[in-house]
Amino acid sequence: MSTYPLLSFAIWIPIVAGLVVLATGSDRNAPLARMLALFGSIAAFLVTIPLWTGFDIANGGMQFVELKTWIPRFNINYHLGVDGISMLFVVLNAFITIIVVAAGWEVIQNKVAQYNAAFLIMSGLMNGIFTSLDGVLFYVFFEASLIPLYLIIGVWGGPNRVYAAFKFFLYTLFGSLLFLLALMYLFIQSGGSFSILEWHKLPIALGAQIWLFLAFMIAFAVKVPMWPVHTWLPDAHVEAPTGGSIVLAAIALKLGAYGFLRFSLPILPDASHELSGLVVALSLIAVVYIGFVALVQEDMKKLVAYSSIAHMGFVTLGFFMFSPMGVEGALVQMVSHGFVSGAMFFCIGVMYDRVHSRQIADYGGVVNKMPKFAALFMLFTMANAGLPATSGFVGEFMVILGAVKFNFWVAFAAASAMIIGAAYSLWMYKRVIFGDVANHHVEELSDINKREFAILGVLAIATLWMGLYPQPFTEVMHASVTDLLRHVAISKIQ
Amino acid sequence: MEMQKLYLLVPLAPLFGAMVAGLFCRVIPRWLAHTVTIAGVATAFIASVIIFKDVQAGHVYNGTVYTWLTSGDYRFEVGFLIDTLTTTMMLVVTFVSLMVHIYTIGYMQEDPGYNRFFSYISLFTFSMLMLVMSNNFMQLFFGWEAVGLVSYLLIGFWYTRPTAIFANMKAFLVNRVGDFGFILGIGLVLAHFGSLDYKTVFEKAPELAATTINIWGAADWSLMTVTCICLFIGAMGKSAQVPLHVWLPDSMEGPTPISALIHAATMVTAGIFMVSRMSPLFELSTTALSFVLVIGAITALFMGFLGIIQNDIKRVVAYSTLSQLGYMTVALGASAYSVAIFHLMTHAFFKALLFLAAGSVIIGMHHDQDIRNMGGLRKYMPITWITSLVGSLALIGTPFLSGFYSKDSIIEAVALSHIPGSGFAYFAVMAGVFVTAFYSFRMYFLVFHGEERFGKADDAHHHEHEGDHDDEETSHDHHHGLAPGQKPHETPWVVWLPLVLLAIPSVAIGFIAIGPMVFGDYFKGVIFVDSHAHPAMEHLAEHFHGAAAMGIHALTTLPFILALSGVVLSWFFYMKRPDIPAAIQRRFSAIHTLFENKYYFDKFNEVVFAGGARMLGKVLWRGGDVAIIDGIIVNGSAKVVGWISSITRLFQTGYVYHYAFTMIIGVFVLMTLWINRA
Repeated sequence: MSTYPLLSFAIWIPIVAGLVVLATGSDRNAPLARMLALFGSIAAFLVTIPLWTGFDIANGGMQFVELKTWIPRFNINYHLGVDGISMLFVVLNAFITIIVVAAGWEVIQNKVAQYNAAFLIMSGLMNGIFTSLDGVLFYVFFEASLIPLYLIIGVWGGPNRVYAAFKFFLYTLFGSLLFLLALMYLFIQSGGSFSILEWHKLPIALGAQIWLFLAFMIAFAVKVPMWPVHTWLPDAHVEAPTGGSIVLAAIALKLGAYGFLRFSLPILPDASHELSGLVVALSLIAVVYIGFVALVQEDMKKLVAYSSIAHMGFVTLGFFMFSPMGVEGALVQMVSHGFVSGAMFFCIGVMYDRVHSRQIADYGGVVNKMPKFAALFMLFTMANAGLPATSGFVGEFMVILGAVKFNFWVAFAAASAMIIGAAYSLWMYKRVIFGDVANHHVEELSDINKREFAILGVLAIATLWMGLYPQPFTEVMHASVTDLLRHVAISKIQ
Repeated sequence: MEMQKLYLLVPLAPLFGAMVAGLFCRVIPRWLAHTVTIAGVATAFIASVIIFKDVQAGHVYNGTVYTWLTSGDYRFEVGFLIDTLTTTMMLVVTFVSLMVHIYTIGYMQEDPGYNRFFSYISLFTFSMLMLVMSNNFMQLFFGWEAVGLVSYLLIGFWYTRPTAIFANMKAFLVNRVGDFGFILGIGLVLAHFGSLDYKTVFEKAPELAATTINIWGAADWSLMTVTCICLFIGAMGKSAQVPLHVWLPDSMEGPTPISALIHAATMVTAGIFMVSRMSPLFELSTTALSFVLVIGAITALFMGFLGIIQNDIKRVVAYSTLSQLGYMTVALGASAYSVAIFHLMTHAFFKALLFLAAGSVIIGMHHDQDIRNMGGLRKYMPITWITSLVGSLALIGTPFLSGFYSKDSIIEAVALSHIPGSGFAYFAVMAGVFVTAFYSFRMYFLVFHGEERFGKADDAHHHEHEGDHDDEETSHDHHHGLAPGQKPHETPWVVWLPLVLLAIPSVAIGFIAIGPMVFGDYFKGVIFVDSHAHPAMEHLAEHFHGAAAMGIHALTTLPFILALSGVVLSWFFYMKRPDIPAAIQRRFSAIHTLFENKYYFDKFNEVVFAGGARMLGKVLWRGGDVAIIDGIIVNGSAKVVGWISSITRLFQTGYVYHYAFTMIIGVFVLMTLWINRA
């Protein structure tokens, strides 16, 4: 095991890099700010690679652990560690940050330093969420990571950004307060500990478990987002700049799902079993209901945002089947969704930068002018529809197959996503890409440049790699998922 | 060379070609694109021949290439199962693919997407080979969806045509409906057998034959029946069985070479292959077999009828394909899996031949596909004419030609089958013989014989039904139909050579292969038939006394008479008295309208499924998300917050004496309560 505090690096390198970028100040230094941001994000990514290569796949517990006292009076610690559940998200987050910095390279000309700094700082904070083993530390990162996202939407967002930010705020505020109350309760119950791992062992009566579960669930469900607390997401995506959408879809949505695995399932196993029907039902509604809603969207970003919700429905569904296939499938789906939805939003951004419209009706026949783009967009559209050999297939396949064992009709409803998902993805693709050149905006399109090609190419490789050979991604999960499920199977009621 | 490496070479050689032609399609010259892809497919074909010989020598292989994924106790692997069923499919796929590759040099000569096209068809070959060579359900599903993807890309090859891009989306979505059933079937297999490996599953199948599962209400369902029907729904999508057949006629929007390769010879037969592969499962459920039988019979007969009224040359062949796929499915239902594979093989040759010949005619006619504008082409296109005749004769089951042996075996197998639905199926396949002969020779006579109707300026651009699509603006079809006075011409050698090479097996393969393949030990240990429950094949074998005897005997039997009368009637109707069909059409206009609208399947799907889904989406979005969740709950709670704060704001006046006054009242109230309590 490495002697370097790699997890602290993963958190603080991007934050420090963000502050340095911020220090470059005005847009006169924009080229410098971009270069610094790029180097910062690459450095931050490089320090996460040893987490994967040095990961002990036989160990289901926490690795790369760091423990320092922070606020001794309340027994709050700077306690970090990753297991097979969280490690991949740290790497994914660092990877996506590079993509985001590159995605804004030419597009963002206004407040460049601040823009890049916001993303770098957010990246560090989100790594903090994925690695925190202390309840308060987690909460601080969880809440702090929202600030850069607000700013990104609020400053670089579209015309209706105030409404979007307001809606997001209203949704998350409520959940956060309940989450904090739940943390307090656990602190008192455990006799003064904020250690998440301690809480995993804490016996709790069923009634209390149910209340805590609901408190956690509201906080996490908003972030996932689960039906019916999802309506902030399409608005937030529509108003966010491309980079904001990529981070929101690829990483921010994973925070809520991650919370379910880190808090709800292991701390509250009995309540999780008790209320699994509720979560499964909401997940299936997300898959089916949201699928139909996605079908009729006229705005491409909204369509992809809704499809994100449907894909995240597979994640929560997989968790609450309590089987290795289900949980691992859900985790795979989370990673894959990071690549695919990130790429989808980038593709839409590529078109938006040229035409300044996200309406499907304003396009048609793009392939005639942008063949390279059309080919790559096809790949991601197919991945979004869950085609085998792309990463989008793996998670859905595992969750559906796991679901057949769980309950045939749950699998039946989940598998319908194969039809609906293909319908909304391909119908959008058909209307935007195929056909004759529809108007003079499309006529004037130029194909993707080298930068855009590089971004999409990297994401394409990731998508295909994970589709053709997912084993490296899942083998790191096995031990931790097995431990988790063994833990969840044991009742905590005394 | 080590055999394992050779197995890998078979799919990877076409993949290499596809990648070179595809990734560099904008930089490499045309000759390089077709050379590298043809070399890839030719390599795969030669390797397949070597492997075929090796398997004949008894070397069956079942092994893993790499572990795709492990999860819990489950392992998912990519691996090969090389047995006689696999090698048969490999030979058919690589041979037809090779012919189509060569043919494409001529057919796509003027198309700007030349390199892209070669890349796609090589990619298809790769996917199809992965499908047939798989040793597990997961990889089967991979190949299954991958061929669907390439089919999607190829139907929409001319992506500026509105009809093409509609057809390809429709094809993909209808196939997804089938895949929906397929994946549930795979899920059931994994849940109950604990593995997706063929060998493990098939070995365990007899133990689970009596297992029941509870999926609906109190009734117990046989696991095998539910699993097999789910799997078969997948086959219905890919092999275009009613009611999931609707995509296949529309797939004719794609270039003709792929109609031959994908939508006639190989991909659409994947479902037939799959069910044959799963014979150890299907044999355990007579209910599922009955279902298969009836669906196949409906497809065989009712799709044949539609072939009669088509005027687009490709659509006639397309409906004929649907009908023949129905025949194969009927064979599966009758537990005559080997016969189904046999018909799959013969059909691959003669139907690829017919499609490529149709393509040759289309080139000769300068991209006019309407058979009413043809006639007398035999003078101008002699090779196409002869090969088409051979293909048509094979299709209708002329004794001694390949189609005869396979089709006659199907009819006999159904006659000997006694599972529910076999009576109807027997009638359907028998009537289908007449219908097949009639529509095939209607097309043949209208195209190659009779009056020369081409080169008339007035109707070359005039089409009345939606099967033909005007696309003058698009670059690839700038000349549409023959100009007045212009004559059709025979096509170049790259086009007619594949016709000749396909005509040879169309004639001979049935005679050669029927003995070993259907009645011999060829499929021993590969295809499983429970001869106690489904004895049709066993009885059929008792009646078989060699291919020659079978051909001679057939001359006196009903199928031959039906086929002959179909040919004669079509000759009489379309060569002698063209006024009769016209009169019949007027007399029975209701039936004609029904056929013209393809039994209203498309309309139904468009209104109910496509329209319904859009409407549901609108209702859920506008009603659920926008009105209820956002309108009432989100904005409502915002309003409530605003309302409460507007009231509480009244208390916060900013005047100290207001606050002091309120405080005094508060203290007073509290004291009163406290005193009363005490």
